[in-house]
Formats: sequence, structure tokens, C-alpha cells
Amino acid sequence: MSAECMLETRSLCKRFGGVSATDDVSLCIYAGEVHALIGPNGAGKTTLISQLSGLLRSDSGKIFFSGEDVSRKSAAALAQLGLARSFQITSVFQELTVIENVAIAVQVTLGSSFRFLGNAAKDPAILGPATEVLKRTGLADKSSVLASRISHGERRQLEIAMALATEPKMLLLDEPMAGMGQAESNDMITLLASLKGDKTMLLVEHDMDTVFTLADRISVLVYGRVIATGSPEEIRANREVQQAYLGDD
Amino acid sequence: MDNALNRSEQSKLAHHKCRSFYRRHRGSVLPGMINLLVLVALGALPVIAYLDGQIFWLDVATRLVILAIAAVSLNLVLGFCGLASFGHAAFIGIGAYAVGIPVYHETYGGFEMIAGYSGWWHLALAIAVSALFALVTGAISLRTRGVHFIMITMAFSQMMYYTLVSLQEYGADDGLSIDLRSELPLLNLDDPLHLFGLCFASLLGALLLSWTLVRSRFGKVLVAARSNEPRLKSLGVETYRYQLVAYVISGAMCGYAGALMANFTVFISPSMVEWSRSGELIFMVVFGGSAYLFGPVIGTAAFILLEYFLSRFTVYWHLPFGILLILVVLFLRGGVSGSIARLFSKRSAVSNSVSVNSTSVAEGSAPAIQGSSQARGEDTP
Repeated sequence: MSAECMLETRSLCKRFGGVSATDDVSLCIYAGEVHALIGPNGAGKTTLISQLSGLLRSDSGKIFFSGEDVSRKSAAALAQLGLARSFQITSVFQELTVIENVAIAVQVTLGSSFRFLGNAAKDPAILGPATEVLKRTGLADKSSVLASRISHGERRQLEIAMALATEPKMLLLDEPMAGMGQAESNDMITLLASLKGDKTMLLVEHDMDTVFTLADRISVLVYGRVIATGSPEEIRANREVQQAYLGDD
Repeated sequence: MDNALNRSEQSKLAHHKCRSFYRRHRGSVLPGMINLLVLVALGALPVIAYLDGQIFWLDVATRLVILAIAAVSLNLVLGFCGLASFGHAAFIGIGAYAVGIPVYHETYGGFEMIAGYSGWWHLALAIAVSALFALVTGAISLRTRGVHFIMITMAFSQMMYYTLVSLQEYGADDGLSIDLRSELPLLNLDDPLHLFGLCFASLLGALLLSWTLVRSRFGKVLVAARSNEPRLKSLGVETYRYQLVAYVISGAMCGYAGALMANFTVFISPSMVEWSRSGELIFMVVFGGSAYLFGPVIGTAAFILLEYFLSRFTVYWHLPFGILLILVVLFLRGGVSGSIARLFSKRSAVSNSVSVNSTSVAEGSAPAIQGSSQARGEDTP
């Protein structure tokens, strides 16, 4: 494939004391693909996502986003460039309603919020896209409920909705199905499948069925190292991967 | 996408929003009325008393209104941003000295650059220097959170205190009497009614400014940052800048209150900047309800009136006063304003009264204390 990398890492490292959480990670995620990142617990998946989204500074190595070196950019700067992240542990604005959660995400994409006049809660430039995103993510009927009062699954959906509301070029999804029941998981898979082809995604996920359903390509991380990258079929057939990961399943 | 469909969907949604808007506001009309009533009483009663020959109450009310402006300004940081500044008395001091020092030099010579009797000059100086002080100290303080933020803002305010103490020319610890009040067109601040009128109008202005800020995009960012700052950062917002601007606005407003205070007391001294003064301002905000726009006003009124009545009963009035404060913080969630709001919205439980009371600081702006009670409220789909 000669397609361009939307997100590329070169020899990325992060150590915590003597432990290498990520060790010489080089990845290329093509524009438009759903790329899954799998690996056993403690393989460094969340560390890698945090490095990519700018919340953790890498010890060495480089990150390129759309061809630009973003290795030392802050999380906020990366988000402005179009890299949106959802968190493994749900992180929404608990004291705000569902639509307010999405509205703040929309507002952020409309440029500087140094606007001191006007009622932001009634601004059509914010409300329009916000209601659109809620509809798309199936949360429209919950729009005026506080985020602290919706179900866990809905809160995960809200996470995705907020990420989508920033109109990102790429989504980093850290275990979007974590802690969900089967029905909720299916809703989420349907939602992610509906975004496939539209958004580039890097998906960290434990559930193999999900990964093999959604992903175009898969990378396997073990003890901080990428031991294999390839199509689902290639990964399934890879002996090293079977030993390290699938064998345990 | 299909445009027509979109539009019909949107209008449906607008309709839904409209309905839920009324539903959510139904319970909060009365608290709004109470706030209005308090405001009217605050404006009218002292004036009536004064015209009746009782000068004392106008004095109490003027001090109350000035402190209320300071409390409203503190609430911009404490309530909106969730940052407990323990140094707001410094701004009152700056504002007061911005009146005292120019008047002193105009009267006794020296420092002609800043000397003057003009009220415009005093207010401009108070606002500008406070804003600058807020910018410098805020730029440093806002890199910290929690206890560290409290300590560092207090440290800056103590620096201001000792700076003022060291100003021999302006009376050092003993302070300085102001010979003449600020000169303003149409107003004669020596007339207690005029002074009160100016202070009261300023309070209305401060409330209007806060209200405007809360509803704006700027305000939404502040409230979201208070709710979950890391999340907002990952959305691409440099929260620090917004909080700094809020801190500067707050400081400038508090400095303005200080300039009024100097005109009221006609005396300035470092004791205006003592750390306990900053503490009292926090009490006023928390007592009244920091989640509410009008909370600080109620808190200040309660504070001043309690101080007055309790001190008539006993010289040890600090003791019952302290106990009362503890009780309010422990048992009146969201302060006095929060309790009033809850009282009148039995049906639509706590979260609604907190989140959508017309005078609430921001939608869904329940700080930690209210958070626990939200769970008990009923759902409002």
C-alpha cells in the first residue's frame, strides 16, 4: 500500500522507572482505515494512546500527524489539529446535560471561546451541529438529562459523540466497549461501523470479535513492542501472536 | 443530508427544548422573585430609613453593597471556575489605595503624575492596577490547583499587605485618612445617599456583568473546566488562558469595590488586606451559595446583618457566628440560595433547582457538595 499515513510513529519509547511501557513502537495508520491495537493486559496500549494524544510526553521517538511532527504538542494543540480521543475510563462533564456536553465540544471547534456576549445555550451555530451529533449517536432523546444520570453505555456513547462533535480527522478510541453489557456493546459496534470509512480510527479493544469485525488492519502490542501488524487474517494466522495473545484467550 | 427533513427534525427538537425549558424553570420562579425582593429591599429600605432620620442603616447598607460587589467578583473565580482564591482582599486594598494615594498627593504635593481628585481617574487606576496585579499573580497561581492555589493566592495577598505596611509616607500600619472623596460629575459622594446610589448601581452592574459572562461561550468553558478540566483540555481548550482572563476580570471588579470602600470609610490602611478579610469574602460566597449568581449578595447580607445583631447580644459574638457558619456549610447544601431554590422546587429535585435556576451561576453548575444529592433527584428526560 502506498497510501499516506494519517498518523505515524517512529521508534516511540516511554519508560516508567525501569519498566518500558512502550518500546520502539513504529506504526503507520492509513487515512480512512480502522486500525485496531490489541495486546494482553499491561502491554502498553493505554500508554501508547496517551502518548499519541499528547497527554504523555514520549522519552524518545517521533509522532507525525498528517505529515506534521507533533511529538511535542500538547493535548489541546493536537485536538485542534483534528485528533480526538475517547477515554478508557469514561470522562464526561458529569454536572452538565448530555447536549451541553456535546455543545461544549462543538463550541471548541468554532474557534476561540473568548466571546463574552450572547447566550451560548441558544446559539444555533452550536445547537445545530450538537443536535446532529446526538441524533447520529442515538442520544437525541437524552439531550436534557444530566450526564451523571445516564447509563454507563450511554455515557460511552456520549464520549464518542463528543469526539465526533469536534469534527476530527481521526479518532483514538481507548476501549470504547469497556464495562458494557452485550446489548450496549452491539449498539456501540453498530455506531462505530457506521463511522467506518468516514473517519480514520485507532481502536484499542480487548474483545476479539469486535476487533475482527471492525478493523481493516491490526497491530499487536506485547510488553511495549509491536510484534505484528497486518490484516485480520494475517494476524489470526500469525504464530507469534497466537502464542502471546490469542492462545491465552 | 436531506435538508427538509433536517429542518423538521430541528424544529421538533426546538419545540422539545422549549417545553423542557419551561418545565425546568417552573420550580425556580419563586427563588428569582425572592432575589428580586432582596435586591429591592436592599435598595429601598436603607434610603427610607435615612429619609426617616436613621442614618445608621444607610451606612450598614453601603458597606454591605460594597462587600457584595467584592463577593460577586470572588464568585467569578470561586463559583464559576471552582478555584478558591484566598487573596481577594488584596484587590480591595489596591482599589482603596488607588483612591487614597492620588488624593493624598493632590492635597500635599509630590507624585504629580498620579495625583488627582477625579473619580474617573481613581476608578481607572483601581481597575487597571488590580487587573495588572491579577494578571501577574494569576499567571503564577493558576499553574497550581487545590490547596496550593489557596496558599499561593494567600501568599500574594500577604505580600501586598506587607508592602502597604512598609509604605511610611501613607501611614504604614496606621493607615491614612482620605481628606476628600472622589469627584464625579452629577454626584456628590459626601452625600451618603449619592454614595449609596453609586454603590448600589455598581452592584447591579457587577451582577449584570457576571450574568452575561455565565451565559456566554466564555462562561461555558469556565464551567466545563470546573467540571472536568482534563477532558476539556483533550477537546482542545487551553483552559489556563480562560481561567486567567476570569481571574483578571474578577480582580478588576474587586479593585473597583475597593475604590468604593475607600470613599465609604474615608480611611485606608493595610488592615483592609489582612488575610482574614479574604476569608470573610469566601464565607460570604459559600454562605450565600457559590453556585448561584445571586448567592454572594445573599451571603454578604446575611454576614453583615448577623455580625450586627449578634454583636449586640454579646461581645463574644464570633462564637455563635462561627457555629452558624459551620451549620450552614454542613447542612444547607448550596448555601442559602441553594436552600431557597430547593424549597421551591420540591417536585423537580435538587439537580434541577441547581442546574437551571434562572439565577444559577451556570446550567448544571453544582459543585461537589451538590453532586451527591443529584443522584437522589428524579429523572427528567
